[in-house]
Amino acid sequence: MSGAALPAAPALPRMDRTQLIVWAMALLPIVVLCVFYFYPLMRVLTISVTEPEFGLGNYRDIFTSSAVRRVVQTTLWICVVSSVVSLFFGYLLAYAIVHAAPSWQSWMLLAVLLSFWVSVLIRTFSWIALLQTRGLVNETLQVIGLIDEPIRFIRNPFGVILGMVHYMIPYAVLPLMANMRTIDTRYVPAARGLGASPFGAFWRVFLPLSLPGLISASILVFIFSIGFYITPALLGGGRSTMVAEYIALQVNETLAWGQGTALASSMLILVFAMLVVLGRIVKFRTMFGAA
Amino acid sequence: MERLRGGFGFAFTLCLAWLLIAFLILPLLIVVPISFTPERYLSLPEGTYSLRHYETVFTDRGWRKGIFDSTVVALGAAALAIVMGTLCAIGLWKLSSRLGETIRILALTPMIVPPIVHALGMYRVWVDYGLIDTYSGLILAHAMKGIPFVVISVSAVLSNFDPRLEQAARSLGAGPLTAMRLTILPNIWPGVLAGGVFAFAISWDEIVVALFLTRRRVDTLPRQIWDGIQDNISPAVAAVGVLLILATILAVLGKMAWDRRMAARARGPA
Repeated sequence: MSGAALPAAPALPRMDRTQLIVWAMALLPIVVLCVFYFYPLMRVLTISVTEPEFGLGNYRDIFTSSAVRRVVQTTLWICVVSSVVSLFFGYLLAYAIVHAAPSWQSWMLLAVLLSFWVSVLIRTFSWIALLQTRGLVNETLQVIGLIDEPIRFIRNPFGVILGMVHYMIPYAVLPLMANMRTIDTRYVPAARGLGASPFGAFWRVFLPLSLPGLISASILVFIFSIGFYITPALLGGGRSTMVAEYIALQVNETLAWGQGTALASSMLILVFAMLVVLGRIVKFRTMFGAA
Repeated sequence: MERLRGGFGFAFTLCLAWLLIAFLILPLLIVVPISFTPERYLSLPEGTYSLRHYETVFTDRGWRKGIFDSTVVALGAAALAIVMGTLCAIGLWKLSSRLGETIRILALTPMIVPPIVHALGMYRVWVDYGLIDTYSGLILAHAMKGIPFVVISVSAVLSNFDPRLEQAARSLGAGPLTAMRLTILPNIWPGVLAGGVFAFAISWDEIVVALFLTRRRVDTLPRQIWDGIQDNISPAVAAVGVLLILATILAVLGKMAWDRRMAARARGPA
């Protein structure tokens, strides 16, 4: 509250009332969030240490059960691969958009935004229609005689990674672009003028300047990928079950709430840990456009 | 800049970028031919085209209920998120204290928590509250997910708002609420609207929470699509896909035109 701009002394009691109103405005939504959002999150944490019995048994099981370990391993490697691929392509695309001629820029941006907003279910449906054993791609390849047997594109880790990369590229592009737009466009030509090669100028000038954007995009993309549910469930075909789908199975099929919530809590803690790291690198205010 | 744009390296990068854009967009277009197939199963039309799957979407009880339920829930969730998010953003803007930053992070959490985590928790709590499979239950859940987007977009507009305007209103004798209503609200409505559209879209598209919180009485469009993919990959999903993609194109074009108008207004004489 910037006290300097407030009216002079006689208004003091009114200032207190204003303060009160402002606090009420900021806090009312928080109270609502506490009742309908944070309380449910708390319930997840408490269930994980109380069902079936009080203690950390569910967390111990995460490390001892071979089924859980396999799911966690699958999730981690699929997330790492799809995040790295999404970031690499996302960086490339963001770089191209930021440096493209203005008339092209808006078309490219339009495409990225479209892809960003299209329903995850519809994109998954499209991939199934294209890539299933009797889908467009396999039929075409067979007609032109490149293959005899249909290739298994989906219902395996490849399908999951493909679907995740397709979903996450726009999520990588948008924060990267926001960061690249703040980089002074004269630096790279200056480096070139001082004798750097085109790639040298990029590697030693542009890339380091875009590092904050790259780090925040990495963390965002990785956080999203950890929680993926729809894409792995539909494109994985039960062969590469990831944590979110496994949690749903635990809760819906075997009613193992303790195990499910312990995994969910671990996911939550991991996500918050990454956010804390992120918070040290970029200010949340600037990241979410409130600066 | 010129040197950079003219170089061979950049031309190559640009080609790759267009390839990536093709990768992002082209696979989605498969829904267009499929939606016109005359068959009952997933196939490309060969010679004959049919609108039967569009007819199904608009006449079948399940799909109609899906469209209706999604609209009701998304409108409700957007309205609630607008009120909560706007209050929160204005409050935070005026506070700008350390505690305010904590509150901001709290208000943004629903955006970042993996959906499966809050879906589990909400399911258990909604059972206690008696909200499972009710419109109000799903509206509340989706509104929580929409609040961060309203907070962000309203905060963005507020950061360009001159606080002296409100102080002037106060010094001319307006009470704190009147001053806010007369000075802040007329100036932040673009942000409120944008946030509301975001919240609507988030709810309209939401599936994970809906799978946990609803059964049969509330059956949103994404749930219908989910069933349509899982059970017997129906071409009706392709028809819905075409309609949803068209709506997305319109929305994105509208947003771009809107941004341009706003930018022009900001540049022009105030």
